[in-house]
Amino acid sequence: MRAIHDIHGGIHPPDRKSLSRPGELRDAAIPRTLMLPVRQHLGVPAKAVVAVGESVLGGQLMAEAQGAMSVPVHAPTSGRVIDVAPYPLAHASGLQDICIVLETDGKDEWRLMSGVTNWRELSPEALIERIRDAGIAGMGGAGFPTAVKLNLGPARPIETLLVNGTECEPYITADDTLMQCQAAALIEGAQILAHVVGAGHILIGIEDNKPEAIARVEAAALEAGANIEVATFPTKYPSGGEKQIIEILTGQQVPSGGIPADIGLVCVNPGTAVAARQAICEGRPLTHRIVTLTGEALARPGNVMACLGTPIEDLLVEAGLTLGAEQRIIHGGPMMGFAVSDLSAPITKITNCLLAPTLSELPLPGPAKPCIRCGHCAEACPASLLPQQLYWYARAKDQEQLTEHRLFDCIECGACAYVCPSQIPLVQYYRAAKGQIRDSEQERKRSDNSRDRFEARQARLDAEHAAREAKRAARKAAAESKADEEGADPIQAAIERAKARKAEQDKTP
Amino acid sequence: MSLIRVTSPHASGQHQVSAVMRDVLLATLPGVAVMTYFFGPGTLANIIFGGALAVGCEYAVTALRGRDPRAAVSDLSVLVTSTLLCIALPPYAPWWLIVIGVLTAVLLGKQVFGGLGYNPFNPAMVGYVVLLISFPVQMSHWAPPLGLGDVPGLVETWQHLFAPGGIDAVTAATPLDLLRQNTGLLFDDLLTERAELSGWAGVGWFEVNLAFLAGGAWLLYRRIFTWHAPIAMLVALSLSALMGYDGGSSESGGSALFHLFSGATMFAAFFIITDPVSSAVSNRGRLIFGALIGLLVYLIRVLGNYPDAVAFAVLILNFCAPFIDHYTQPTVYGTRSRDP
Repeated sequence: MRAIHDIHGGIHPPDRKSLSRPGELRDAAIPRTLMLPVRQHLGVPAKAVVAVGESVLGGQLMAEAQGAMSVPVHAPTSGRVIDVAPYPLAHASGLQDICIVLETDGKDEWRLMSGVTNWRELSPEALIERIRDAGIAGMGGAGFPTAVKLNLGPARPIETLLVNGTECEPYITADDTLMQCQAAALIEGAQILAHVVGAGHILIGIEDNKPEAIARVEAAALEAGANIEVATFPTKYPSGGEKQIIEILTGQQVPSGGIPADIGLVCVNPGTAVAARQAICEGRPLTHRIVTLTGEALARPGNVMACLGTPIEDLLVEAGLTLGAEQRIIHGGPMMGFAVSDLSAPITKITNCLLAPTLSELPLPGPAKPCIRCGHCAEACPASLLPQQLYWYARAKDQEQLTEHRLFDCIECGACAYVCPSQIPLVQYYRAAKGQIRDSEQERKRSDNSRDRFEARQARLDAEHAAREAKRAARKAAAESKADEEGADPIQAAIERAKARKAEQDKTP
Repeated sequence: MSLIRVTSPHASGQHQVSAVMRDVLLATLPGVAVMTYFFGPGTLANIIFGGALAVGCEYAVTALRGRDPRAAVSDLSVLVTSTLLCIALPPYAPWWLIVIGVLTAVLLGKQVFGGLGYNPFNPAMVGYVVLLISFPVQMSHWAPPLGLGDVPGLVETWQHLFAPGGIDAVTAATPLDLLRQNTGLLFDDLLTERAELSGWAGVGWFEVNLAFLAGGAWLLYRRIFTWHAPIAMLVALSLSALMGYDGGSSESGGSALFHLFSGATMFAAFFIITDPVSSAVSNRGRLIFGALIGLLVYLIRVLGNYPDAVAFAVLILNFCAPFIDHYTQPTVYGTRSRDP
């Protein structure tokens, strides 16, 4: 039995997970049009390689990766490309970005795919290549390109592959459902990833509010054999943060500014492991994902396997959405998700949940009252920060103090704002402050650059000037020494030369 | 159709400022009840009169400052300030004493700094200290406890509030006064000699402190504040008293039990120094904050000019709170040295 370590802080919000009946998975209908953003991951957008009017098959490459920090996009079904243009995305700021719009033909024809079963005989590099080509980005929410995460090099030896099945956000049951329905695939996926990073040990962490998932994964792990460990731990938000689950299961902390690999761990989401298995064993790219549709504004909440690019509206209408007054549609969970502004925006590789709460279910926050420094936020903070001090400094725009109080170690989990009796939107202040600090850092870098350039130019000009001077001085010295050698006055000689030339000119009119 | 766009988190907990303040007010009830039993309705009259005044004052000032006066009054913080001040004032204090105290607390202690959350000092203690320095005679008139003097009735009390003099013999020395004035008696002899000091910490005072301790324990249970500051103060006060006891001679500083259960000890530990706004913010900081208050309370009680010392100790430590905060930042995740 593994020792379970407690993390600082944390909260116990009502989890509301039974609402979406974890463990039951249905297929969402293929919508008439799919909108596939060329960037569904963290990093450089992919570049569309299909033209408008072109017919594509399911699994066909539609946008190719641009460099290392980029992943490709594939067609989730067969159809015809009808547009490649900017459309609104599910984004906190309502941004638009290039989407490949696919008119589906309903036949769902797929290109031929071939996987390998002897992956143990393939080199990590070859497997990473296949994972990259399958378009896999972290499916827990950040969308970090998985191939980059796995490509660590010899400087960071990995002991343990950690599968994060915590899913600590209230409402969301996508990972729970995946672990229940695809436990064997999850285990094989984890084995592939462990093989890739050279980890001898696989650790699967699941919060104890998912007994069914724990049972299924434990059974599958037992069947797969040695060195796979399933660890359960008490339910608390935000235990599923990468840094938090690592401390819970190992007692170690990821160094500030570092990554888990610094302490010999690689941490992945269960969905990512299953996607990796599909890519390797079936040759199937990432084109679908499980999405939790939940909230009391839905008549038929549940988990669906949906095509990436399905408009949010299609999924919610299918789940029986009744729009209420002051309706919010939250992409992600109630603690860290963001409210979408356009229902036509599509789901992407990072969409684990669409939450449609009623007003009585999740009331809108009232006006913020003054901070009374009660300290509940500091008690709730999983990073052991002092949220109220950060709040004061954020209001004062005191960037020095914000950095000194380690604003950038904030994981924006929202526990502080959840417990705040004054209902201050603390996380919003931190996000804004982080943005401002990044901006001024950029500004500083720019001015440093300009100064460096100016100084370099000045130095170059000075050097050229000095070189010219030196040349002139050398010439002068040479002339003087020559005059000295001839024993004549150089000026007198020059005058005579000039006179001679003049006489020469006078002679030849 | 328009969707509402707000930032995360979208869920929020049950805590509310007004609920916190309401709990603090409720927690004073046992203490106030016991005070009323032993000293009569004087404190009750203080609280009601002072409370009405404070609410009116807060309403007027926030309206003048262009804020929402209803919101300011409805968070109940001004009632907490006035109630705590009025509990600290002597029962049967004249009306003008209460008026000056409440106005000082609300205006000078709180509103000039910007209202709730911005005051560097505990407003109730600001009001109390101004009165103590300005009107030492009135402030030292404490009522005799039940059995050692007449306990006035409600009507009598109310009349006395506005026409002082209606109640005879309203003054008596508190146990802390007696201890300070003691020159010749051994500590144990002092306790048996003076009728006011029977029991462990004086007639009535022991029970009053016990009642405030009970209220404080309930607030701890409700997680309104953490245990750090109160426990640190009580431990520091006990340790100081143990060291200064010197076996109970006539020069003795008094026993730890006496200090814990006399005067305003428990009231201060659970209702005054736990004011979040003016105290240190981290748990480690609150330990230091509370311990230094405990030490200062003892030193001023035994060596200083005033029989009780809570208000001064609290204000001095309010000064120090930002300094303490600076040196007690908790270790942030990922910044501690690597584990073995």
